[in-house]
Amino acid sequence: MPVTAIEPHPIELTNGAVAIEGRPVLRDINLTVCTGEFVALMGANGSGKSTLVRALTGLRPLAGGELSLFGTAFDDFDDWQRVGFVPQRASAASGVPASVWEIVASGRLTHRRLFRPLSRADRAAIDDAIEIVGLGEKARDGVSTLSGGQQQRALIARALAGAPELFFLDEPTAGVDLPNQLALAEALGRLKARGATIVLVAHELGPLEPLVDRAVVMRDGRLVYDGPPLNHADVHGPHHVHDERHVDHAPRVASPLESITHPKDGMR
Amino acid sequence: MTPADLFALPAMQRALIAAVVTGLAAPVVGTYLVQRRLALMGDGLGHVAVTGVALGLLTGASPTWTAVIVAVLGAAIIELIRERGSANGDVALALLFYGGLAGGVLLTGISGQSAAFLGQYLFGSLLTIGISDLIVTMALSAVVIVLGIGLAPQLFAVAQDQEFAKVSGLRVRFYNLLVAVLAAVSVTVAMRTVGLLLVSALMVVPVAASQQLTRSFRATLLGAMVIGTIASLGGLVISAFASFKATVAPGPTIVLLALACFTVAWPIGSLLRRRRRLVEPFPVDPEVEALYGACPGEHDHQHGPACGHLAIEHGDHVDYVHDGHRHAVHVEASGERHYDEH
Repeated sequence: MPVTAIEPHPIELTNGAVAIEGRPVLRDINLTVCTGEFVALMGANGSGKSTLVRALTGLRPLAGGELSLFGTAFDDFDDWQRVGFVPQRASAASGVPASVWEIVASGRLTHRRLFRPLSRADRAAIDDAIEIVGLGEKARDGVSTLSGGQQQRALIARALAGAPELFFLDEPTAGVDLPNQLALAEALGRLKARGATIVLVAHELGPLEPLVDRAVVMRDGRLVYDGPPLNHADVHGPHHVHDERHVDHAPRVASPLESITHPKDGMR
Repeated sequence: MTPADLFALPAMQRALIAAVVTGLAAPVVGTYLVQRRLALMGDGLGHVAVTGVALGLLTGASPTWTAVIVAVLGAAIIELIRERGSANGDVALALLFYGGLAGGVLLTGISGQSAAFLGQYLFGSLLTIGISDLIVTMALSAVVIVLGIGLAPQLFAVAQDQEFAKVSGLRVRFYNLLVAVLAAVSVTVAMRTVGLLLVSALMVVPVAASQQLTRSFRATLLGAMVIGTIASLGGLVISAFASFKATVAPGPTIVLLALACFTVAWPIGSLLRRRRRLVEPFPVDPEVEALYGACPGEHDHQHGPACGHLAIEHGDHVDYVHDGHRHAVHVEASGERHYDEH
């Protein structure tokens, strides 16, 4: 049997730690994502899932640990056309009108050289990306005239246009209605079929659930679960299941999706 | 003096060239500033540049060059404060602005120059522009236009979404600084045309006018350049002709003409947007479709292209807006026609 070179993993993070303004937020994060995997990063508000994605994309510097993307140490990594990023945001609008096509076109920057016009391949990739998210008829419209879900899809098309191999999406389904979530699921399904690696931050998976290969659950800045996808109660239910009725002494802050009912009162 | 004589004057010809190049260059940077919601940054840099001009007067160096240097330094400091994102960043900017203006007036006094001389820079003096200043103006304008348009994809992406730009491998800090420096350069370029106190107007007002009518960034940028050129050239010509009757300075005329463009563009733009929103096709919702019923009222005419009722697409047919509700023609199997409420 011929010996083939082992393809490096898209993401390899060992002992990752992140501190924001000196305050430790993430610690002991070990995460390896293999090519073609669809990973859902889950957890309550403030559990550090968005921070982890920001650390993996370099938007947040690591306070400790080693990160490599596609086998290259992060500091030396400059092959950004292999990476796509959909930030968490409510609106794609800015102070000056911009059309959907222009927003998506900025996703091709990783393939373009300075002072060069768009090539035919660039234009085709932009049109394709807009088509995949179902905004074909809106391509020439200003983004500020689109609904929130459509703006979110425009941002996804922007990341798609660069034809990346590794995709980061930060809460793409937040505040998006069901038809738009279905459209998003279909777009991500096509992406997955092409062999892309996807890391998605989500509160609730909804229509994305069948696509997910692996769930990573965070709690208080640590990884507490890494394995096959879970149902809702496993993620958001209490960490320790007590047999005895247990009353918290400290007032607790619950996230909107966390159930405040006591485990004994029939959570599961 | 006839108009032909006026345009034959070398001073007028120099002024015309300066007006065109600044009218083209200032809105380019202005578009990026408006996109970043930093419309007043040009104004602040104008104040800082006053100190630069005064420094030139004091040291005997060319005020244009000292203004460029001080404005660029000011831009770098503003960018630094902005990047730090300190909670009272706008207060820090205000300190810089007023410091710049006060320092400029103070230094001018010390240098023994009259306030009227500084006034040339504060409110512009197109007709006194010399050949060497004109060459500097043209060269700096060319730099601004080439970088502002040539790097448009990068500058657009950075201003639109910094985080995305960073993950695309763009050097965000460099581009932020570049916009700040280009803004400082445009301020000093436009200094002779409209003056430091009105400089921001030539950068921002054409963009504000242009974006009333556009849907894309590209069209906004090009439209702003056209409006900027019309305003600065038109303002100069109007003020030159009006000067036969009264003292009309070109600077304020240019700014007022740009504002006039905005005043015209605004109602047209809101009318267009209203119209576009009105005829936006209705979405098709199969679940609601079952609830459609016939409209009970009497109908004295058949809806059609000429009936005067607003026609809006709805899936595979057209709805007519009638007294606040929507009529769609429904032909039954028997051939009978009536209107359904959609």
